[in-house]
Amino acid sequence: MAQKTLNKSPYLKALLFGSPAIILMLIFVIGPIVMTILFSFTDIALTGAAAKDVSFVGFDNFVRMFKDPNFKTSIFNTIIFLVGSALIGQQVVGFLVAFLMKGKAKPFRSAVGLLVLAGWITPEIVVAFVWFAFLSDDGTLNTILGFAGMEPVAWLLNFPMISVIFVNIWHGAAFCMLMYQAALDDIPEEVEEAAKIDGANSWQRLWRITLPMIKGAAVTNMVLVTLQTLGVFGLIFALTGGGPGTKSTTLPLFMYDEAFVNYQLGYGTAISLVLLLMGIVLSLLYIRFLKSED
Amino acid sequence: MRIKKQITVALPYIILSIIGIMFFMPLLWMIFASFDVNATLAIEFPKEFTFDHWTQLFTDPDILRAFAIGIFLSLGSSIVIVVVSALAAYPLSRFHLKHKDSIILSILFLSGLPMAAIMVPVYQLFVFFNLNDSLWATMLFMAASALPYGIWLMKNFIDSVPITLEESAWIDGASVLVGLRKVVAPLMKPGIFTVLIFTFTGTWGNFFVPFILIQSVDKLPASVTIFQFFGQHGMVFYGQLAAFSFVYTIPVIILYFVGQNYMSQGFGLGGATKG
Repeated sequence: MAQKTLNKSPYLKALLFGSPAIILMLIFVIGPIVMTILFSFTDIALTGAAAKDVSFVGFDNFVRMFKDPNFKTSIFNTIIFLVGSALIGQQVVGFLVAFLMKGKAKPFRSAVGLLVLAGWITPEIVVAFVWFAFLSDDGTLNTILGFAGMEPVAWLLNFPMISVIFVNIWHGAAFCMLMYQAALDDIPEEVEEAAKIDGANSWQRLWRITLPMIKGAAVTNMVLVTLQTLGVFGLIFALTGGGPGTKSTTLPLFMYDEAFVNYQLGYGTAISLVLLLMGIVLSLLYIRFLKSED
Repeated sequence: MRIKKQITVALPYIILSIIGIMFFMPLLWMIFASFDVNATLAIEFPKEFTFDHWTQLFTDPDILRAFAIGIFLSLGSSIVIVVVSALAAYPLSRFHLKHKDSIILSILFLSGLPMAAIMVPVYQLFVFFNLNDSLWATMLFMAASALPYGIWLMKNFIDSVPITLEESAWIDGASVLVGLRKVVAPLMKPGIFTVLIFTFTGTWGNFFVPFILIQSVDKLPASVTIFQFFGQHGMVFYGQLAAFSFVYTIPVIILYFVGQNYMSQGFGLGGATKG
């Protein structure tokens, strides 16, 4: 009897199948998202009076945020980081590798592909560590520059943002490479052949045919990679700690500092709300582009 | 003219070689330093070769425990995700539901959100329910946060299994769950492996979540202990630190090679595969 009613309602059955997923996501994902919005308007703290009696403070956290020079710095750094490593860096390197690899000898292709992929599968803490060594005062880079007669540079201290961006390109470029390889393989060979016969040189073919044909995939990929880069924490935290000072502090690091170092959970939550809103906008954009690509 | 042509032919090889070297050098340092008695920060082939850094690692109970905890978190959340997402994805793939498209889009939307943004409230949630420092709860959170993406991948894989096979099983009297387990699951092996490998790798490398949710030193997974090792000893024990990093990276490398074929299928099917 029970079996029959189940069969009649696909919704009930679907709900039953989905219930473990729904429960897990309600507790650990949806719940915290709602909490983020609510707690942003409170003075909740880890220690002191506000830890016991949480009170509603309206827009105080946001007023404070917009007056906080560290917030402005971290927003600025976040944008630089996203544009430099996700929107431009990884895309250019990923595309360049995928494009140049086309039609090259198989062993050479696999070797280069494997090396780029190695940077991708390496866990972020190890990425931070090996690059800390590579960029340190007596690391590999300065040793090489020394052979060329150049003075050693304290890369992580003098160029923290550039270093962090560069390392993140190294860590993430493989994803773009795979995406662009797939997109380039989708271009029918006849199209390129026809252009060749019509006398287009390789530069013209790249600008007039290849790039326009992968435009859709590229835009979707750009949004997706930017979205993934928005939440990067461990890599920057282990490499520079957001420093020197706040020179390489992005929003996730600023949020961590306020919430867990200064124990200002309410303020920290307000910062996460900004991060979350950025994520929501990008995620909506991503779905839009993905849909229009089909 | 001939020289110019030779340059155009050689140029891609030169650029790609330089990129390849740039990608390999930092890792090569790690490999060399882990076997070098006098490891320094600069890349150098070991003059005096040693296995000491490696043996020290495998005889240190604290490090072995950190690896075991890492395996518990990663394997635990991968298994939870595979089972829970297969169950949730099944009706989304097979049933005729009115708002199916919007449900699927919502799941995709959730999968895109940066989980770092909810760590502060998640920490509060854990404190409130006294789950702070609990490895089980941390494992479940890691599973839940990767679940939207798991469901999305899984749905695409189930879509690729023809429904006629299941229908014949139903005619023979099998229930939907039996059909899922006996007919769909075996055909979905590539999908299941892809989801497993993605979540295992993601969790294994995750630093932020255990860093926030686990406080006891003896409960920390390898991703956090390696960071603390780095912080405490500074860069003094380069060799040992390099060996630690190397060993910590090995499971991911193995999984990558084992799952390469499955992964490329997942890449095609998922359409939007995350790193």
